Amino acid sequence: MAALLIIIVIVPLVAGCLAFVVPTRLARLITFVSGLSCLALAVALGVGVHVGPVTFGFLRADALSWVFLVATAFVYATAVTYAIGYQSPASATSYQHRLFAGLNIFGWAMLCAPLVNGLALLWVAIEVTTVVSALLVAVDRTPRASEAAWKYVIIASAGLGIALFATILVYQAGTQVFGESYDLTLTQMIGAGSHLPVAPIRLAFLLAVLGFGTKVGLVPVHTWLPDAHTEAPTPVSAMLSGSLLAVSAYAVLRYVQICRPVLGAEFTGAVLMIFGVISLLVAAFSIMLQRDLKRLLAYSSIEHMGIVCLGISFGTPLALAGVLLHVLAHAAAKGNAFYGAGVVMHAYGTKDIDRIHGGLDVLPWTAPLFVCTIFALCGMPPFGMVRSEFMIIAGSVGSTTRIVAIVVLLGSTVAFLGLARVVTRTMFLTASVAGAVDAPSPRRGEPSAWMVAPMLAGLAVLVVLGLHPPAALTDLLSQAAGELM
Amino acid sequence: MGPDGAPSVLNGTVDTIAVVVLLAEFAMLRSTLLRSQIRLYAAQSFVVAVLAAVLAFADNSYELLILAALSIGLKVIAVPVVMSRTVRRAGADVAGAGSLRAASSALIALVAAGFGFFAVGRLGLQAHGLSPTVLAVAGAIIMVAFVLMTVRTDVVSQSVGFFSLENGVSVASLVVAAGMPLILEVAFLFDLLVAVVVFGVLIRVHHAEQGSLSTSDITALRG
Repeated sequence: MAALLIIIVIVPLVAGCLAFVVPTRLARLITFVSGLSCLALAVALGVGVHVGPVTFGFLRADALSWVFLVATAFVYATAVTYAIGYQSPASATSYQHRLFAGLNIFGWAMLCAPLVNGLALLWVAIEVTTVVSALLVAVDRTPRASEAAWKYVIIASAGLGIALFATILVYQAGTQVFGESYDLTLTQMIGAGSHLPVAPIRLAFLLAVLGFGTKVGLVPVHTWLPDAHTEAPTPVSAMLSGSLLAVSAYAVLRYVQICRPVLGAEFTGAVLMIFGVISLLVAAFSIMLQRDLKRLLAYSSIEHMGIVCLGISFGTPLALAGVLLHVLAHAAAKGNAFYGAGVVMHAYGTKDIDRIHGGLDVLPWTAPLFVCTIFALCGMPPFGMVRSEFMIIAGSVGSTTRIVAIVVLLGSTVAFLGLARVVTRTMFLTASVAGAVDAPSPRRGEPSAWMVAPMLAGLAVLVVLGLHPPAALTDLLSQAAGELM
Repeated sequence: MGPDGAPSVLNGTVDTIAVVVLLAEFAMLRSTLLRSQIRLYAAQSFVVAVLAAVLAFADNSYELLILAALSIGLKVIAVPVVMSRTVRRAGADVAGAGSLRAASSALIALVAAGFGFFAVGRLGLQAHGLSPTVLAVAGAIIMVAFVLMTVRTDVVSQSVGFFSLENGVSVASLVVAAGMPLILEVAFLFDLLVAVVVFGVLIRVHHAEQGSLSTSDITALRG
């Protein structure tokens, strides 16, 4: 099993380097193979982590990291598949090299984050995801893209500066248990339990939530997110939303795991609850105001990260298992939503919701898949998010946080109204019914099968997660939730 | 501490170095020329490297000497060279006027520094017999770096703000986590190198697309 760890962190890096230098047709093939093989390897690693943590040198995988690894690998595999159709072979060769190499290296950095065995290395991996993805946001070289990339890199880097300070404080706290020099591995820090001193751990936890929370997209440090998600090329938007936010949430979860025995569940839960409630409500009401299709989805990501935060704050085994299922379902759903939005933009030549009508008549595959995905994001059956949100809310019953469960329901309902309004206007209403006289009227048909296939895969995953998740998966989710307790 | 409660020579030296780093941060905030800002950053980084060297000799921890040498190579030479070249290509000399007047910026920076100093100082964390004051000063440096990133309206100043924020974290790291394995410290520095390259690329893209280094005009994305 240790060999799988090594292969997963080597394959996308090699693919990224090769994609820079080989002909573009071969670069596409290498990227595609890298994406699928990483997904297969990540799934296979589940057999090993089911028995116990798999370690090799600075690499380590347990059930918790496996959940985030699989979510990331799935989005990486589908995004690179989508990119083959998204990227016209007629595009400039240098652009194609940059895009495919960037996707691989971005995927590599995100796959490394849950696999590294240490808080310092985790910080390094997440910082690498920032700088690589900032370049990808700017890859289209438009004024709006450069604006979004700059805002992203400066805000996220500032957040990660705070997270670095948190890492140093945790190291200092650990010196009282392990002596002056030690490796700051997850194994050590989790094992330290309540022996760590309270004062530095308390400050470190607050700084880590704020710092990594910047990358998660928690309000009020979320301002980069809607811009970057909107202006990035669609496969990059999907990776940003489906996996980057989750990987950053993984870092927060690791801090929860280390700090909770020292600080108590009440303190860690209260901090996350404040961020979760604010994020959920601000995002839900922002969804109602959006006129840009990708920006709408970006705010939906903030809403779901708010739900993840609240689930962690509840801290019960059921809520935590729900959080982890939500991470998987959100990866599939948000990837799908961005893929669908990308096809719609390709067909209509605009992201403006007011100018998109009659999608079901124009896009015979994408439109129904997009509608189903939006319903999945709204937490409707039979998709995975209804199950995960139910688990999170049910997990709060019996605790003192019932009012927060009501907030989750309220926020989800408001977000549902906003998303349902948009999907109705864009997919079901024709331009004549909507009274939009100058709306574009594209020809019926799909731009590429490569862009539809990932959506079919994503929807299949959502249905499986909603109707009957495999027993092996639910066992691993319970195991991961147990690791967090 | 000395025999009569006075700070030891090492404590006094380290405290002084930390305060010099903080003063350099304030000087960057005050500086109106981009080249001056970059030179101040190089000087500040050099002082941080001196701190590493002092602690290396005090603790007989010669790994810190390697770290000091790497810091000089990267933060005193490489980063300023990359940034200076970027500024020269852009043909810009004067930093963005800032979203606030100089006096207001300084006042906010003082308040932020005080907050950082007392918030971190309250923890009373110390190592190697050093006084907790150094970590508190590191907190102040980080806060002033945030102010620099926030109030300046040009991409170079904002980048320098981020790099100097890393210097503040380095001071904290040296005084409370000096035993951190060299490999991790090198990983942090390598990461900074990657960040510098990416910042350089994005500054060039920004200049090409916006026609200036200013961030005042990038207001298209809202809501």
